[in-house]
Amino acid sequence: MAMTITEKIIAAHSGREAARPGDFVFARVDIALGNDITAPIAIRELAAAGIERVWDRTRVALVPDHFTPAKDIASAEQAKVLRDFARAQGLTHYWEIGRMGVEHALLPEQGVVGPGDLVIGADSHTCTYGALGAFAAGVGSTDLAAVMAIGKAWLRVPESMKFTFTGRRRPWVSGKDLILYTIGEVGVSGALYRAMEFAGPVIEGLPMDDRLSMCNMAIEAGAKSGIIAPDAVTRQYVRGRLEREAVYYASDPGAAYARQFEWDVSGLEPVVACPNLPDNVKPAAALSDVRIDQVVIGSCTNGRLSDLETAAKILNGRRVAEGVRCLIFPATPAIEREALRRGYLETFLDAGAVVSPPTCGPCLGGHMGILAEGEVALATTNRNFTGRMGHPRSQVYLASPAVAAASAVTGRITHPAEVAG
Amino acid sequence: MRGKAHVFGNDVNTDEIIPARYLNTIEPAALAKHCMEDADAEFVKKARPGDIIVAGENFGCGSSREHAPIAIKAAGMACVVAGSFARIFFRNAINIGLPIIACPEAAADASDGDELDIDLAAGRLKNLTTGNSFAFPPFTSEIQAIIEAGGLMAFVKGQVRK
Repeated sequence: MAMTITEKIIAAHSGREAARPGDFVFARVDIALGNDITAPIAIRELAAAGIERVWDRTRVALVPDHFTPAKDIASAEQAKVLRDFARAQGLTHYWEIGRMGVEHALLPEQGVVGPGDLVIGADSHTCTYGALGAFAAGVGSTDLAAVMAIGKAWLRVPESMKFTFTGRRRPWVSGKDLILYTIGEVGVSGALYRAMEFAGPVIEGLPMDDRLSMCNMAIEAGAKSGIIAPDAVTRQYVRGRLEREAVYYASDPGAAYARQFEWDVSGLEPVVACPNLPDNVKPAAALSDVRIDQVVIGSCTNGRLSDLETAAKILNGRRVAEGVRCLIFPATPAIEREALRRGYLETFLDAGAVVSPPTCGPCLGGHMGILAEGEVALATTNRNFTGRMGHPRSQVYLASPAVAAASAVTGRITHPAEVAG
Repeated sequence: MRGKAHVFGNDVNTDEIIPARYLNTIEPAALAKHCMEDADAEFVKKARPGDIIVAGENFGCGSSREHAPIAIKAAGMACVVAGSFARIFFRNAINIGLPIIACPEAAADASDGDELDIDLAAGRLKNLTTGNSFAFPPFTSEIQAIIEAGGLMAFVKGQVRK
């Protein structure tokens, strides 16, 4: 019987011929992931259960990226829990500050996750890796502990929803705009428990960075996972970096979907998600009277090289508006180094922006850019919940790097064409 | 179990349940002090052990932080009743043994301060204030097995021994 790519990957990891939506399976995990917020609880649970060794020291990835470089003593202690555990277990995938990057940018970049994998991560944005043609889902800490113990996870096979994008992307319309538009259409619980499959000519023409940013936000529609069938772009991306053999899956013709959407996006302009939910989506051009105090460019959604390239293109020869703080977070050391080599970092400094080391910091209101009461931020991150970036009465708008950089220049939400033509 | 309802709306996210500014600890008692703080800053002062959180659709959306159900459980809440649950929160609650009930009708019926009487084994919720009763479906056998083992880690230990 015909299966979706998601059903095929889950079936292949649970020793079954087929997997059907609603089936409970005990699936073999290729990579298990945790960070300095979620892994300490998992490590505590593992110890409490009397389990001394992880199932495979080459398949557990720990990334201290959230509150690092440590923001306070308590955070330093949490990061130390990871460091000590990684050392004691002899984990091959632990990155210390200096090599560490934002987990969902780092793991694809380092070839730790790839096509055909089944990845379980104690971080909700684990769904990012679907961009490579993997099944990847976020879980909590106890789930991570269980996977670290036995290398398997209980999963309910999700129903799939298919989103086909046709037409031609207009200038300044990125993967971020496509996913914000999608969330705006289906709502924050519109894909609850489901797999979101993105397809069509627009996706085929989308660079990997944009694909990663789309699958990253599948969780913001409530989805279990997001996925894009591997193609030439995927093969090019994983070549020379993947640790394991890639397995390429595709959905069968006639595979069953719970819902299907087909959108011609030729008329789509850059969009912004307004406070306080990611589905409150409006055209950027309609929000030009919204003044902002801070711009954040970075995160697991939009801190990759092409995101910085776009920001540099707009900020080149321009200045961040008086009274606006523009914070830029390259997501990994490799991205930061390449941005340095290409002159982007100098462009940012010339424009009056500040460049931070890789960290999740401001995205979740952790550190490195917390908002005061009443302040407004425009960020390339993924959540604009109440108090997400600081004070419960601060506000966050979500947009692409192009809109963020243009808005930094004017001090209000701005369509990139207004600044850069 | 019997307790007083504290009613919230749709899409209550984990940043509201336990804001990230408190995630530098994993101690349940420390997390409990800030339970629901960004949805209702007075919640911890109002709530009594055994009370019940009631909410609309998609409760616990957002971050995977298990600190959210841990904070609710450590604050002494007996149960969460919602129209539906975000999937990671659902897993986390089952895994740590926080009772949760998806029952849109019961959630819609309850107002702040209503007295709820819940029989988990029988799948029955009675709102003693409105006088209305509701049935909710049992968990699937796979989830029931985790609950009966006493949470996911106890279940996994059983698996390791086999």
